[in-house]
Amino acid sequence: MTAVPGTVANGRSRVLRPQQKYLPIFATLALLVLMYSAGVLRYDGFSDTQVVLNVFVDNAFLLVVAVGMTFVILTGGIDLSVGSVVALTTMLSASLLEERGWSPYLVLPLVLLLGALLGFGMGCIIHYFEIQPFIVTLAGMFLARGLCYTISTSSITISDPFWTSIAQQRFRFGGFFISASVVVALVVVAIGIYVLGYTRLGRNTYAIGGNPQSALLMGLPVARTRIAVYTISGFCSALGGVLLSFYMLSGNSGHGLGLELDAIAAVVIGGTLLTGGSGYLVGTVLGVLVLGLIQTIITFQGDLSSWWTKIVIGVLLFVFIVLQRAVTRRQR
Amino acid sequence: METSGEARAILTMTGIGKRFPGVRALDEVDFRLFPGEVHALMGENGAGKSTLIKVLTGVYDVDEGDIVLDGAPVRFTGPLQAQQAGVSTVYQEVNLCANLSVAENIHIGREPRRFGAIQWGELRRRSRHLLDGLGLDVDVSAPLGSLSLAVQQMVAIARAIDISAKVLILDEPTSSLDAGEVGQLFRVMRQLKGEGMAILFVSHFLDQVYEISDRMTVLRNGRRVGEYATRELSQLDLVSAMIGKELAALEELEEQPRRSLAALERDRPVVEAAGLGRNGAVAPFSLTIHRGEVVGLAGLLGSGRTEVARLLFGADRADAGALKVDGEPVNMRGPRTAMARDIAFCSENRRTEGLVAELTVRENIILALQAARGWSRPLPRRRQDELVDRYVKALRIVPANPEALVGQLSGGNQQKVLLARWLITEPRLLILDEPTRGIDVGAKAEIQRLVVTLSDGGMAVLFISAELEEVLRLSHKIAVLRDRRMVDELANDDEVTAERIMAIIASGNGTAPPEAPPGPHGPDVVVLGEEA
Repeated sequence: MTAVPGTVANGRSRVLRPQQKYLPIFATLALLVLMYSAGVLRYDGFSDTQVVLNVFVDNAFLLVVAVGMTFVILTGGIDLSVGSVVALTTMLSASLLEERGWSPYLVLPLVLLLGALLGFGMGCIIHYFEIQPFIVTLAGMFLARGLCYTISTSSITISDPFWTSIAQQRFRFGGFFISASVVVALVVVAIGIYVLGYTRLGRNTYAIGGNPQSALLMGLPVARTRIAVYTISGFCSALGGVLLSFYMLSGNSGHGLGLELDAIAAVVIGGTLLTGGSGYLVGTVLGVLVLGLIQTIITFQGDLSSWWTKIVIGVLLFVFIVLQRAVTRRQR
Repeated sequence: METSGEARAILTMTGIGKRFPGVRALDEVDFRLFPGEVHALMGENGAGKSTLIKVLTGVYDVDEGDIVLDGAPVRFTGPLQAQQAGVSTVYQEVNLCANLSVAENIHIGREPRRFGAIQWGELRRRSRHLLDGLGLDVDVSAPLGSLSLAVQQMVAIARAIDISAKVLILDEPTSSLDAGEVGQLFRVMRQLKGEGMAILFVSHFLDQVYEISDRMTVLRNGRRVGEYATRELSQLDLVSAMIGKELAALEELEEQPRRSLAALERDRPVVEAAGLGRNGAVAPFSLTIHRGEVVGLAGLLGSGRTEVARLLFGADRADAGALKVDGEPVNMRGPRTAMARDIAFCSENRRTEGLVAELTVRENIILALQAARGWSRPLPRRRQDELVDRYVKALRIVPANPEALVGQLSGGNQQKVLLARWLITEPRLLILDEPTRGIDVGAKAEIQRLVVTLSDGGMAVLFISAELEEVLRLSHKIAVLRDRRMVDELANDDEVTAERIMAIIASGNGTAPPEAPPGPHGPDVVVLGEEA
């Protein structure tokens, strides 16, 4: 009799858990399938596989940034600086390559390191001074955006041969192609999935998001983990910036305006809880695809303003946040 | 000490002293723990139990004294070091991550890995093995949050054992468990004891302490009163040792004749609920509370006691029935309506629903009165000090410093602060939801005496407690709840006993309404059915 409470709960969860754990992801997947089917039915040429691949090509940088954002949000934090760090990276790369004539083999690691350092710095401030991530990364956002304009107020075109060759690199298969950026993004996603699912750093990330106090009492390295996720996010932002500079072949202080919000939206639509502790990178990938597909559909429609993208994203966000709430309520 | 002088203590603390600004929290305290025993650490709130545990586990630095673990002097710098040396602590609030699986909660930080990758299969296998050893059948990949609190606590213990604990500290582990769950925990404790583990157990429930412990150390005001073998110390002696004075307070209450219900019923009712109910919370019930009357609500955890209180206070809105205050029908739109009618509600979750830990004692006490006056008419500081001072003295809040932060007070004193907050509003109906849970005997007696004094002064009190003795001692009238339904209401005369109420709770068989037929369930089943 005494063991019954455990077994009762146990029997119940065995039936419900698999669906419930992945429910938000299935919801996003269903939405994606629905949008795609609607597109195929409505527009000629939408069924071309290249249309889907182009969603990846156009959003590779967002995907990378969103991976970093997923880490941060899983700990219950937020990183508002990503868009500005992306812009700073494009600007710095362009300026160093074009105006200073530095070698791309030096510029590339340098800007990545700088992004990681920025994230590391913000992580340290957040953890050691116990300041809300919102405020710290907001400050980081202004700082990075401001730094862009000290480099140059106008756009700098990149003509460096290394940069342009990667930008034009196409991996072709059966008449379709993806860009080098897509490969980079997918590798980043794969590494992210591995880290979150199979390493202590990843599991500690979930633990901190679940209950930071408990994580500390369980003897987990909370400080190290929290700083690490912001460093990862900073690194991913810088890498996203590099990918964007491949895509645009320019550095511009206005790049990535509002990108942080797109990244957060993608993560949330992908089923990660803003309160932390629950979510999967696969969901984030789906979230980015949803955002990309909305854009594609609006392009195909032709007569809609691109601002409709924002409107649809806004509505979707509402729906998904309410959905998450409903799911977590039911779990209680 | 005479029985096991030859056995070697696994843990010895000698002459431990710990000072906080203005307070001497521990003074020359000795403590020993032997393998294969359950040792209860007893004392009132603020006696130094928590401080001693925190000093032992390295949360606080030791100012004076020595700690010897397994023959070697130790001085831990934090819970992590203590844990690695074999001293693990399981707290009242389960300090695990509800979002992670059972297996992960047991092993996080020490996962089996190959080339840096966590071996999930191995992790689950080990966890299953460990829990099997504790006689617990749980799906190890279920998220911890989906399991009952007792099972969560067992998982916390499993984690502690797995870190090769020699000493297991259980700090108030039973506070939130029901009887069946406590039994389950004790079974595991006995098993671990049999395996030679030393267990330090802290609990406010004397019955539990007597059931499980072999030896106890009593603290009072930061000093050790003595170490006793449990079977050689009577409950009365224990309580006297803890509070350092004779049990006059409690006995006095026992002696007091219960006032006749009939006399009270002639007075006007303060609150009349007729068919009041809320779907999913509690079935429609009728209840009348008169001036100067104490109405006790009895029932198991989750039987709807709190829900009744919340409806009367307007914290939840009723979807059926009517409520009259002072004979006038009232539409309870929310707590503000209730407060305007002089109804006060002392919630059972004092941490989450009552006190603001970051404010001082004075600010917390003033809160409700100020809210009732409206923010445009601030209470003069001098009047504040006067009021607060009076209640700090009357309720014996320790430290008697109105400017101390509430978060730093012990549980019993926090409860008193919450009580004081409502008392200064001079309510006509005071709803007390589990006011004595998790607080020590001395404070309990004080709160009970206070209830009697208040009702003598004409205040109506709705008293909710899981402890039947307490309900019986204080109430004029007892309403019994079962499965979210009020099944009986009885005048508390000499014929009413704890057994009779328990029988009603178990069978639902009082003067029960026909729609609640006595179920075929035994008491065990009822306990399970009550699980929230």
